[in-house]
Amino acid sequence: MFGLQKQDAKLLLIVIGLTMLAPFILNPFPESSGWAQFNAGYPDLMQRFVIFGIFAIGFNILFGLTGYLSFGHAAFLGIGSYAAMWMFKLFGMNVLPALGLSVVMSGLFAVLIGYVSLRRSGIYFSILTLAFAMMSYALAYSVLATDMDGPDKQGLLQKGLTGGETGLQLTLSDPRILGQQATDDGNLPVPSFFGLEMRSATELSVGDWVFTFSVGYYFSAVVMLIAFYLSIRIFRSPFGMMLRAIKSNQQRLNYTGLNPKPYTLAAFVISGMYAGLAGGLMASMDPLAGPERMFWTASGEVVLMTILGGAGTLIGPVLGAGAIKYMENILSKINSDILHTWFAFLPDGLEDFVVAIIYPFIGKGWHLTLGLIFMAVVIFLPGGIVEGGRRIGSMFKGRAKKTDAASGGKTVAPGQDPAE
Amino acid sequence: MDWFILQLLNGLDKGSAYALIALGLTLIFGTLGVVNFAHGALFMIGAFCAVTLSRLLSLSHQVVDETRTDFLGNPLKVDVPYAYDIFGETMGAAIIDWAVPLSILFAIPVMILIGVVMERGLIKHFYKRPHADQILVTFGLAIVLQEVIKYYYGANPIPTPAPSAFTGSFDFGAILGFEPGSIIYPYWRIIYFGFAAVIIGAVFAFLQFTTFGMVVRAGMADRETVGLLGINIDKRFTIMFGLAAAVAGLAGVMYTPINSPNYHMGMDFLVLSFVVVVVGGMGSLPGAVLAGFLLGILESFASMREVIDIIPGINQVIIYLVAIIILLTRPRGLMGRKGVMED
Repeated sequence: MFGLQKQDAKLLLIVIGLTMLAPFILNPFPESSGWAQFNAGYPDLMQRFVIFGIFAIGFNILFGLTGYLSFGHAAFLGIGSYAAMWMFKLFGMNVLPALGLSVVMSGLFAVLIGYVSLRRSGIYFSILTLAFAMMSYALAYSVLATDMDGPDKQGLLQKGLTGGETGLQLTLSDPRILGQQATDDGNLPVPSFFGLEMRSATELSVGDWVFTFSVGYYFSAVVMLIAFYLSIRIFRSPFGMMLRAIKSNQQRLNYTGLNPKPYTLAAFVISGMYAGLAGGLMASMDPLAGPERMFWTASGEVVLMTILGGAGTLIGPVLGAGAIKYMENILSKINSDILHTWFAFLPDGLEDFVVAIIYPFIGKGWHLTLGLIFMAVVIFLPGGIVEGGRRIGSMFKGRAKKTDAASGGKTVAPGQDPAE
Repeated sequence: MDWFILQLLNGLDKGSAYALIALGLTLIFGTLGVVNFAHGALFMIGAFCAVTLSRLLSLSHQVVDETRTDFLGNPLKVDVPYAYDIFGETMGAAIIDWAVPLSILFAIPVMILIGVVMERGLIKHFYKRPHADQILVTFGLAIVLQEVIKYYYGANPIPTPAPSAFTGSFDFGAILGFEPGSIIYPYWRIIYFGFAAVIIGAVFAFLQFTTFGMVVRAGMADRETVGLLGINIDKRFTIMFGLAAAVAGLAGVMYTPINSPNYHMGMDFLVLSFVVVVVGGMGSLPGAVLAGFLLGILESFASMREVIDIIPGINQVIIYLVAIIILLTRPRGLMGRKGVMED
């Protein structure tokens, strides 16, 4: 199906099913119950799941396949956002051309940055990409935000190309030559896909449950599925095999008379374009682009997502992105009052003790939990969530010993699916 | 000419911090072959050692002062630090005032302990893993350390002043024969530079002139052979890790009066320090020090108004720009050796 092997087609179908039914799956608790705060089925968070999923899928094409650890991928995310914003400002609120420009612009920058950075490997490559991303951040923050528009201070560039600290925003005076400058009631227009507004949503109440179906989520989800499909094709293509060869032994590849440079550059550009696409989608969901999207912490985040889910596997990065975004939104909401209600069944002294122990790990301290989980994954489970799932699965099948031996070596035989 | 000296001096204190962190990073990389992304966190913990000690010293209890009354007519309660009780009033006040320099004594054992625990507990298991894994696990550790500090000390910067004897500024202009007041430089920054120079000198002397240092240098060159000679090189490398942590911690302790410590100061410095290490050449100690001062001074010159007017924003990007140029023209950095990190 779709030119995929049977296993991959099955995986793709499962992912399609899960993303399409996500508003139901992520909303398992009724509104009135105390567990409702663990529901993740609201549009804003679901959109972030899929958008960061795209970002991580793209990063995985570079890091998972070639082993080049880029610490500056957020630069492309930012470039994608700015490009989409300019498309909204200049042409109109349709998201399709905006995403197109995001991908093209981030691709161009990726060619430039990749060409220079890929001349080095290992930690040098990481530092070079980091340097480029931090330069982009600094430029977007200060230089590109200065007025380039002349003395009247009213024009399009009155806050420069990037808008500096406040970020790039829509204004009523933007030209938008193909769309309307303002809606009929004088508000800013909303990004839309041929009339379907990204912000609109319908709600469905079933008993105590409320399910929200947002256009923005489904649009991003479809884009993510296309991106995921493409990444499966890349993983299974001869090109993907070449990238794996680069990871396992670049020297041997050189000796066979092949030049790995074009392949790594292609992988870098593809993953940069994925990041740009994710950035463009972010701007489409919420028309705003700021320099902090390029800061190195954002680059670090996508590394965390990919490793947490499982680098080099198909579905891993998406799972990792989902896990981190879920933790960020849900874990950080829990406060000590909620903890006290949970542990109210314990005797008073013990209750306070338990709450005091758990408290540093939740709420504002969720980064601590993230750091600990991340360390545990790197130390004990280098294959991430996917490998963990596989181990548990094989434990149930009673073949734990056999697969442990097999997963000791991380190389994957050709044609074998590492994600399964 | 006075502007030149002023910018040079301004670059020295930041350069000192870069050089000290980069020196520790290089020590760890050169001995253990580990890329330590948690080194910035060690710098930050050092700074918080100073915060902790100054808080400990100024712990106080309330004493009722019968001779004075508050506005309601009740006897006034005065906070008296325990230090006053133990050392007497003048001595106690001096000790509280000198909390930051005293923290050096406090930070050295703490940092060495943290370093040794970190190496034995975590890093040890990553020698055989790829560099990417080492980067990732230390990155995770850095997040954890940072969050722990944030939990106990809050997210806001904590002002930690230098001893009052050093709060003023030094007028270099008058001494060097320029207009008085043309080159004004805070005392503490002079001290910071001097302190960094002493530490760097001590590390080099330790490696160069002691038997321990000689063995460590031999181990850096060829670990296996040294091991075969019956020397327990692992133990010495662990001590070197503790030492590198102490260097980073001391850099942090002394930096507190310059910039109030906050929980993410380590990461801010780490990113730049890595650039410094790479520019200096992975594994080269003199390279790290040289590149640290060089980039600190360059950054200072690039932040001059005259330069920014010509090339806007250059102060923000100069370090990265220099790093890119150097890496592309001199692949091993300024003083890198052959065969280090080239696979």
